[in-house]
Amino acid sequence: MAKYLLLKHYRGGPTPLTDLPMDKWAPEEITAHIQYMNDFAARLQENGEFVDAQALAPGGTFVRYDGEGRPPVTDGPFAETKDLIAGWMAIDVDSYERALELAAELSAAPGAGGEPLHEWLELRPFLTEPPTVTE
Amino acid sequence: MTDAQLRGLIPVVLAVLVRRGADFAAAEDAVQDALVEALRTGALPADAKGWLITVAWRRFLDAARAGAARRRREDVADSDPPPGPVPSADDTLGLYFLCAHPSLTPASAVALTLRAVGGLTTRQIAAAYLVPESTMAQRISRAKKTIAGVRLDKAADVSTVLRVLYLVFNEGYSGDVDLAVEAIRLARQLAAVVDHPEVAGLLALMLLHHARRPARTGKGGGLVPLADQDRDRWDTAMIAEGVRILQTALSRDRLGEFQAQAAVAALHADARTAAETDWVQIVEWYDELARLTDSPIVGLNRAVAVGEADGPQAGLAALAALDPALPRYRAVEAHLRERAGDPVAAARLYAEAARAASNTAERDHLNRQAARLNTARDRP
Repeated sequence: MAKYLLLKHYRGGPTPLTDLPMDKWAPEEITAHIQYMNDFAARLQENGEFVDAQALAPGGTFVRYDGEGRPPVTDGPFAETKDLIAGWMAIDVDSYERALELAAELSAAPGAGGEPLHEWLELRPFLTEPPTVTE
Repeated sequence: MTDAQLRGLIPVVLAVLVRRGADFAAAEDAVQDALVEALRTGALPADAKGWLITVAWRRFLDAARAGAARRRREDVADSDPPPGPVPSADDTLGLYFLCAHPSLTPASAVALTLRAVGGLTTRQIAAAYLVPESTMAQRISRAKKTIAGVRLDKAADVSTVLRVLYLVFNEGYSGDVDLAVEAIRLARQLAAVVDHPEVAGLLALMLLHHARRPARTGKGGGLVPLADQDRDRWDTAMIAEGVRILQTALSRDRLGEFQAQAAVAALHADARTAAETDWVQIVEWYDELARLTDSPIVGLNRAVAVGEADGPQAGLAALAALDPALPRYRAVEAHLRERAGDPVAAARLYAEAARAASNTAERDHLNRQAARLNTARDRP
């Protein structure tokens, strides 16, 4: 088994095929989209491939240490240019091929007009513990 | 005996052990062990309380004998338990105070209350708050250390306990424990041992909100706002109980913020349709609330109520006096702008509010509101 992260970006990925914002969809299309995502997660939970799913608020801040006794330095939030992560789903699957298959399925969630969104998802393998048997 | 009844005995049993000389942390562990055994074997005698006290005390003695401070503790162990008075309401109340002690952080107070007073296992509490079990175990154990030396004085403030129960109630539910139900159970138990109008007020508030829960989510888990809820799905028996408790509390003329919040909830519960809501009275209760607390959220809710009672322009005027950075400010503004006949601004504000939402249910709901207005315009 190998764990993968399916990362959904608000922006920062390849150019999206459609970029009509959700508030321009029909309300029932939003409902259908959410239902698809929930059903997808439920199916993965049932077949033992689900690890975690979280959504993130869009506003974020960069923070860094600025030396002893000084308050942390912050930067942002950034309005437009930076990469922005919307959320993720972590899965635990048998192969890279299976991870690709699931990512594609998630990317097919319906959008405006009920058509698949073809949304870009970033697939990232987790680094693992070193194996016990090494030779 | 049901699970809930069994767990209702926990503070009583714990109080007995502490009075017999066990320190709080060890007593709490012993009671938890006894409870697990009771749940595992499922065979409790008729005198469940006596059984739990006996088993927990024995567990405490075993642990004390095995412990590092063996000699000192054996003095306690070898002496028969003092006859002492039967467990009193004061003992139970003392445990509530201890678990909500101001030296604890809110998260620790919540965890300790659920475990020591509520009798939930660490695993259940961890699942309910979506953190690893080891993290929750550590939080509880640190909380026990924090209050190890605390002696309760009579002047303990019941509002600390109410804040903790309110936090538990507001967390909703996930995992196999329904935190709202648990909070109601603990508030009932507290109301049984302390006569205080705000305890009654909080219990009434919880009941009145919990009664609406079946109507609050629609198909697919979407949020259904109060005005659109199917009121036939409200739990009328629970509403009646909440109203009764609230009326008794209010009649004592010692108003507090929980009673005032419950009064608002009762007025909503009293309306057979959204249109029948007595918004004028609701505004008056928010005025009371504003006098009782400095919470800016009250101002926001008041602006909504003013918008219903005196029209959207009055609501917008009330809103203008508040800080636009408040959570849900944009959502309230969107609602009022729509009612004022400005769907373009309303749609923009709903979309903005969706981006600022702090949970996915609200975010999705606000996106749908924006979409509803945009669709109505684009596809007439």
